[in-house]
Amino acid sequence: MFRSCAGLIALSSLLLSGAALAQEKIKVGVTATLEGTYTVLGEDGIRGHQTAINTLGKKVGDKEIEFIIASTDATPDSAVRAVRKLIEQDKVQILLSPLSGDEGIAVKNFAKTRPELTFVNAASGAQETTYVDPAPNFFRYNMDGAQWQVGLGKYAYDTKGYRKIATVGEDYSFIYTQVFGLVLEFCGAGGQVTNRQWVPLGTKDFASVIAALPDDVDAIYLGLGGADAVNFLNQYQQAGGKAHLMGGSIMVDQTILSAKGNAKNALLGTIAASGQADTWEDAGWQKFVKAYQDAFPPNKRFPSPSLLATNYYNSTMALILALRQVNGDLSNNQAKLKEALAKIELDAPNGKIKLDSNRQAIGTNFVTEVVDDGKGALFSKVVKVIPNVNQTLGYDPAVFSKIGLPSRTVPECKKY
Amino acid sequence: MSLLQGAHPQTSQPAEARAALLAWPEFNKPAVWLVAVILLIMPFIANGFFLIEIFATTLILGTVALSLMFLAGYGGMVSLMQLTVAGFAAYMVAVFGMSANTNISLGWPWWLATPMALILATVFGTLGGALAVRTEGIYTIMITLAIGAAFYYFTNQNWPIFGGHTGINTIATPRFWGIDWRSDIPFYYVTLGVAAFCYFAVQYVSRAPFGLALQGVRDNPRRMAALGFNVNAHRVAAYAFAAFIAALGGVLQVWNYRQISPGSVSVGACIDILIIAVVGGITRPIGPFIGAFIFVILRTFALDLLVKLGLDGNRFRLLIGLGFLAIVFWSSDGVIGLWERWRRGAAAVDKRAGGGHGHG
Repeated sequence: MFRSCAGLIALSSLLLSGAALAQEKIKVGVTATLEGTYTVLGEDGIRGHQTAINTLGKKVGDKEIEFIIASTDATPDSAVRAVRKLIEQDKVQILLSPLSGDEGIAVKNFAKTRPELTFVNAASGAQETTYVDPAPNFFRYNMDGAQWQVGLGKYAYDTKGYRKIATVGEDYSFIYTQVFGLVLEFCGAGGQVTNRQWVPLGTKDFASVIAALPDDVDAIYLGLGGADAVNFLNQYQQAGGKAHLMGGSIMVDQTILSAKGNAKNALLGTIAASGQADTWEDAGWQKFVKAYQDAFPPNKRFPSPSLLATNYYNSTMALILALRQVNGDLSNNQAKLKEALAKIELDAPNGKIKLDSNRQAIGTNFVTEVVDDGKGALFSKVVKVIPNVNQTLGYDPAVFSKIGLPSRTVPECKKY
Repeated sequence: MSLLQGAHPQTSQPAEARAALLAWPEFNKPAVWLVAVILLIMPFIANGFFLIEIFATTLILGTVALSLMFLAGYGGMVSLMQLTVAGFAAYMVAVFGMSANTNISLGWPWWLATPMALILATVFGTLGGALAVRTEGIYTIMITLAIGAAFYYFTNQNWPIFGGHTGINTIATPRFWGIDWRSDIPFYYVTLGVAAFCYFAVQYVSRAPFGLALQGVRDNPRRMAALGFNVNAHRVAAYAFAAFIAALGGVLQVWNYRQISPGSVSVGACIDILIIAVVGGITRPIGPFIGAFIFVILRTFALDLLVKLGLDGNRFRLLIGLGFLAIVFWSSDGVIGLWERWRRGAAAVDKRAGGGHGHG
């Protein structure tokens, strides 16, 4: 009897506690992939988010922002469930969500059913999210997967002299978008993509994939992330693979470069492109790296922030700055906040960011090469900086729309 | 004949009422009426979040788990593909109905798409069942798990019909008589209605000749075969019936989230249904609903509870696992078993336990 009473009290206090705290607070729901294949990415995303809060503070006028974090596992279902939980149970007014590509597409579609709320994309990078039928209350301050590959194809063709490549990627929208950006530029320059392999997200055994890699190519492009990337590299090394590698934005990233074991050494000399470069000299970037390093003890963070940390940092910063511009005014279905978010220009650590008419970021992209810092830690070194990359990758919008949406086979390997 | 019929109402009304009470002993207990009334007036007690995320979700998961309970409890067949059948129905609603993905969806109105989905999912479940009945025990578990896993990987990689890892988004939900049936209160009543329908259907079938024969097949297939029953036909029919119930749950689920993708039919989710059924107890149809309620409560609040206690919120799965472990450890037949043991202890009456309401 006593036990059941105690249980009841615990349960009811849990249910009532939500109502007791409602003062002058702005509630923001945050989702990150804290489960599954992309767990390390989600955790570093949250570190970036925390760094932004440390730098900017939580105060907006006389109000305070309260952030509530929910966990997902990179599947669209889990993202919609988490977002609904945040809105309905925690009564958040603004969402900072989600992390992964397909989650982004699902949350964008969900955003349309709640037009009164504001959704700030945290880090997801599928093209479709903001390019096809965008939601008016969904804002994305990071570039999409294709924008993050700008410069890589030309660099591989012109400087490295690669003519024929094959790709291995995870079978979902973000990696399609990445390969889309790569193929468009590499084939446009005259290169050939002979083979595109797709593996399900969360693949553990890459033996058949590695066996099927063609021998007559100059390089192999890897569009993998998180645990998948580490598993692939381990098995690739054990199989004695020696090909030149090229990497996608979450492949050549601190989430992989600082993984334990030798597998990552296969990446030395790999060229890649991303929305950031670990060793960029820019003062703003260095300041951000310092803030990130100071915020967490060395064993609880990466040597340098990952792309996810940067994206979460930027989206959190955009939201806090916009809230301050309107002095926390969320009346009239948050109209003022939405206007401010659409107009804001971020002086982000990885270059200036502004939004286009689809509320999609136009930003700076980096072509990088993986180097050893002499102490065994790997970093990405800048070889080229490309400013003002827009979602149509510099193509005329009419031409761009003819290419089609990124998928397993789109775009074809030709000059558009 | 006509005379007899004419005399029928007067003479046998009390007898009929008594027969009805015998057939539906639940109606004789005040606790059952209390639960029914609470469920009916729930929208006046609970707000949107509790109504949909807790109670409607409980009813939906409970309905899917009920189909497993029917197979396992009355048929002795543990099928791990019940969620797959539900997911198949959900996908079919998306494929035949309307969604944001116009390349896939055929755009049929809901009243055409939903029956189509139910029929196809029932056929799918029956075919899977026809495969599974050739096996027994652990092999049934294996083959149904294989069907579930195969379906998951198929949806993950098939783009023309299932939309790959992205799945299908913004699925249209029914709107008629001027009501948006997906808004909180109508949707709650829809799920309650469907769950109640399935509950009573299972209850009824378990006492009908077919259900009794099925329980006979569970207890001694050889003897039933010797008595002239077609054992396999009974089992396949049980799969068909269970598939229809699971399909109803699947349709509700896709209306609830308005989105379906492979994560919803993953192997983990299939196992969740088994956990729900086992935790609730597979001896009675009410078990899966109790199990679903515990599951949903744990899944929703474990993270918050850990954070409140000052622990690392990332470990919330551990708490869920420990909760289930505790229940299964102290009662091998789930919460229902605990309840029955407690009642038996209180009344000190030796009642025969076990499956099938003591009928079977």
